[in-house]
Amino acid sequence: MPEAPSDRTPSSPFRRHLLMGMAALPAATLLPRLARAAEKPTAEVNTTGLAVTDDTVTCGILHSLSGTMALSETGATEAEKLAISQINASGGVLGRQIKVVQEDGASDWPTFAEKARKLLASDHCAAVFGCWTSASRKAVLPVFEQLNGMLYYPTFYEGLEQSKNVIYTGQEATQQILAGLNWVNKEKGAKTFYLIGSDYIWPRTSNKIARKHIEGHLTGCKVVGEDYFPLGSTQFNSVINKIKLTKPDVIYADVVGGSNVAFYKQLKAAGIDLKKQTLMTISVTEDEIVGIGGENIAGAYACMKYFQSLDNPNNVAFVAAFKKMFGEKSVIGDVTQAAYLGPWLWKLTVEKAGGFDVDKIAAASGGVVFDKAPEGYVRIHNTNHHLWSRTRIGLAQADGQFKVVYETPDLIEPNPFPAGYQ
Amino acid sequence: MLFGYSLGDLGSIMAMQGFAGLILFSVFLLMALGLAIIFGQMGVINMAHGEFMILGAYVTYLNSQAFTAWMPSMFAASFAVGIVFAFFAAGLAGMFVEWALIRHLYKRPLDTLLATWGLSLIMQQIFRSIFGAREVGVELPGWMMGSVSASASIDIPINGIIVMVLTLMITIAVYLLIFRSNWGKQVRAVVQNRGMASAVGIDTGRVDRYTFGIGCGIAGVAGSAFTMIGSTSPTAGQLYIVDTFLVVVFGGAGSLGGTIASAFTISQARSTLEFFLSGSMAQVVVLLAVVGILMLRPQGLFVLKVRR
Repeated sequence: MPEAPSDRTPSSPFRRHLLMGMAALPAATLLPRLARAAEKPTAEVNTTGLAVTDDTVTCGILHSLSGTMALSETGATEAEKLAISQINASGGVLGRQIKVVQEDGASDWPTFAEKARKLLASDHCAAVFGCWTSASRKAVLPVFEQLNGMLYYPTFYEGLEQSKNVIYTGQEATQQILAGLNWVNKEKGAKTFYLIGSDYIWPRTSNKIARKHIEGHLTGCKVVGEDYFPLGSTQFNSVINKIKLTKPDVIYADVVGGSNVAFYKQLKAAGIDLKKQTLMTISVTEDEIVGIGGENIAGAYACMKYFQSLDNPNNVAFVAAFKKMFGEKSVIGDVTQAAYLGPWLWKLTVEKAGGFDVDKIAAASGGVVFDKAPEGYVRIHNTNHHLWSRTRIGLAQADGQFKVVYETPDLIEPNPFPAGYQ
Repeated sequence: MLFGYSLGDLGSIMAMQGFAGLILFSVFLLMALGLAIIFGQMGVINMAHGEFMILGAYVTYLNSQAFTAWMPSMFAASFAVGIVFAFFAAGLAGMFVEWALIRHLYKRPLDTLLATWGLSLIMQQIFRSIFGAREVGVELPGWMMGSVSASASIDIPINGIIVMVLTLMITIAVYLLIFRSNWGKQVRAVVQNRGMASAVGIDTGRVDRYTFGIGCGIAGVAGSAFTMIGSTSPTAGQLYIVDTFLVVVFGGAGSLGGTIASAFTISQARSTLEFFLSGSMAQVVVLLAVVGILMLRPQGLFVLKVRR
């Protein structure tokens, strides 16, 4: 069917006749997806001029394919494409196949904003899956709010944000941090903590929350050091000496990007054996371990909501499908999995709302349940657009995978504005 | 008791901090040597220096992959072979770049800045297309990642010692090459007066090409060595370029001694300050100090007297 301009002029009499004619045909002679599209006429599911036709709907993917963030955002892009191809194979959304427009944010925040504007204003994307860093999300947020778009954001992040136009499929900071600190305090008897991170908003906010929790909620515990290094820093020998001197029970690390590689290699070279010295990180996923080298980080604990090694039927199928599409050697980290949730949650929300309009999606998102998620059952919070999720602790293995050693018994409520932690 | 530490603690910390400073010094010097030759001797502002380092790192990666696949029994020796390959790969790439790009710009030194910056973007994208955007993990022989325990509280990283030895060897080699060899004489002659050097029969084009090639080759060796301490990804070169220029400019372009002195000063200052301040603040203080000193001495610490 050619893409008729009448898609955006629902009152066209010709169109109404066409639709009536289609409805009159015996269903058996039609393709199933056309039949379903006819059940829900385009005029009804799209009242705001989105790029929706009788058999397609356009969505955007907005990640960095070039520049320094490309190494992190590649996995998220792949997961979103996998989810979309699976949704299309299973009949699409309201009978419409998802068409993807992909743009490159190029690790540059103004470029992200500009591309977001293009995806919304000229491509009329019904939803956009994208962004990785908080800086890029902050750059596109005004665009999504002004043009009333819908963004599915996959990264675990510092919280302190909530928007009608964003669904946060990663964990906010308290979900990720508190359970891990409680566990290490109880299981390892940890009393003293050394916080070290890269110098930007996410590690600083995360460590602030960690410090409040350690000093305010864990009895007899204290922070013995807190250190930040500029992004991309490659020399950690001095801080490693400081760590050796203060002898903390736990090194709590949220170093990101290339610095991670330098940090763990130098820790190992300085004779800090992670099998004896407890280290907990909230920033190292399977993706980062590829660069760090499994043998350099084996013995460290990571605290997040997803590990590739999770043993449940959803995840086994997800990992197999991912490897089939992107190669046997590919690894899947926390953010990759969270990115995979985006298209699925959007599809479920559209079906619940019975239409693609952004206002309806925003209103219908609360309470949407996705029980086929690789991480297990997830649910969008009734009011704040974040996900209820479990937090898990994984022990890094020399082969680059994590062994899950702990999982919170219940889903943790997302709390992007945690009282007492700011 | 000082800062709440016992005397024994303080002793071992001073030993380890001293060593950390020396390692940082070696790292800085190794980064800067190649650039000191290119920038100092040729006046070319090579913004792609970091990418030549990463080229060396990727060659080391390929080399270690090849060893794992075909000669696993010889793996312990793979790193030495990797360094040699890295030198020649980066050196040849450098000579090609000089021939294709740089030699057309000798009369326009500021334009080399833009041209080599463009080159660095091109190289990053080539790395990305070939190796993917993700970091690659370079497998190293196990013995290189450990540490030597000098006492209960003093551990000296082996990879630090390797970097120091490598830096020492290359510094000596560069010194002999520039100041004690016939070829070095030609390089210096070209630097001081290109027209005259050419008039007495020096093939200045060839000298330029080899100088640039050797500078890039040393960058490749540095990149190869840094697989022990840092990451290998298409954009990792950017992490080193600022520090590299800082060392070369602060030391005074064209002066090998100046580069060494400046690498020493900056690394000691940074590593000491990092111990007492946070990492970010230490860098701020060091940068401020360097800016201040350069305002008083725009030519850098050491100036080579050249008739202009």
